[in-house]
Amino acid sequence: MIFATTPSQTVGPYFAIGLPWPDGPSAVSDGTSGRVRIAGVVYDGAGEPVPDHLIETWQADPEGRFADLWGHGGPSRLEGFRGFARSGYEDGDGSFEIFTVKPGPVAGPGPPGASPQAPHIDVSVFARGMLHRVVTRIYFADEPQANAADPVLASVPADRRQTLLAERVADGYRFDIHLQGPRETVFFAI
Amino acid sequence: MSPTVTEPTTSSPPRLWDRAADTPTSYVREDEGAHPPLDYAPYKSTRLRHPTQPLVYLPQTVTEITGPQLAGERVGELDHDLTRQHEGEPIGERLIVGGRVLDTEGKPLRDTLVEIWQANAAGRYRHRWDRWPAPLDPNFSGAGRCVTDDEGRYRFVTIKPGPYPWGNHHNAWRPAHIHFSLLGRAFVQRLVTQMYFPGDPLFPYDPIFNSVRDETARERLVASFSIHATQPNWAAAYEFDLYLRGPGATPIE
Repeated sequence: MIFATTPSQTVGPYFAIGLPWPDGPSAVSDGTSGRVRIAGVVYDGAGEPVPDHLIETWQADPEGRFADLWGHGGPSRLEGFRGFARSGYEDGDGSFEIFTVKPGPVAGPGPPGASPQAPHIDVSVFARGMLHRVVTRIYFADEPQANAADPVLASVPADRRQTLLAERVADGYRFDIHLQGPRETVFFAI
Repeated sequence: MSPTVTEPTTSSPPRLWDRAADTPTSYVREDEGAHPPLDYAPYKSTRLRHPTQPLVYLPQTVTEITGPQLAGERVGELDHDLTRQHEGEPIGERLIVGGRVLDTEGKPLRDTLVEIWQANAAGRYRHRWDRWPAPLDPNFSGAGRCVTDDEGRYRFVTIKPGPYPWGNHHNAWRPAHIHFSLLGRAFVQRLVTQMYFPGDPLFPYDPIFNSVRDETARERLVASFSIHATQPNWAAAYEFDLYLRGPGATPIE
């Protein structure tokens, strides 16, 4: 390493004048088969919704391929797949939503052939009052077998794994994020 | 599925650089002191918004070493020029703000999206929640986008944002700043930060700027005036280079 990284600063309360896109919450095209909504609320340590937060997500497609130009393991073949979603509002109420497809399993850490990871979505959370993003992952409560074999979930204290599981609801999945408090979400060092 | 880099198989025209070879398969891990602490009492809003449990180590898997490649399709013709997005010119000191996006090895990040947003010359954001009673400028929205070129360069034309008061403590004022958002090439490179102007008298009083505890690191948030990039009879120029995490020494974990 020759240079040091530029330090992070808070996204502040007014990011909505620049960062949201009209199609930002969509990681896939509208007509994509298997499209689901993942929604939730970001809460602070007092249990209050955080209205001025920004969520970004990054994930593989159902085949476990990414919308990376050359990809690692080959680029996604799903038409219109972006794999990236961004949700943030000028008049936020603490809730967020993204529209996507459930990712497939992807290669796990370790040498080639190591056990794959369960379907997951990487999440960045930014907000006023946060000097740096926090990173978490969405796993799916309806994938108990894959989750049981996932090497990352296995490294999370058992009593906190629940905070990483999106629950199936009528129109997709529900995933709340608690920045602090008794139900604090697991955040990762990357 | 193999995590190794796949060579492109299409017969696309040759490029000046090879994206696959330029895309690392691991990145240095985040240095604990590289970024400000999430729990920083002088910035009051951090109090209920920082995790109290230790972060869990996440190995860099294929999800973390890939990232959104949004470039051209997100950028309109005038998105880089914040002074030409309305019928008239915004009021304020016209500036050119440019620089390079590099990794910590000094390698340029090409084709990467740079997004900025800022207050107007009076220190007011065009945001419904900004209640600071300074005038809005009908000719200034305050948001810009561009994509870096083959040398990792970006360039915006804008006006100098004004400082503004905020409620953190008695007589709190933010030094003039421009917000920057970078996607980089991998999820681990994502960065949101703020660019400041040299010699701002508000620096000693601003907890957000001073949340970066190391003085040398703080200086990396301050642009430098460039007489060379300044255009005679038109606009002063500031240079601001940004460094994102570079390749790691170890292969993919």
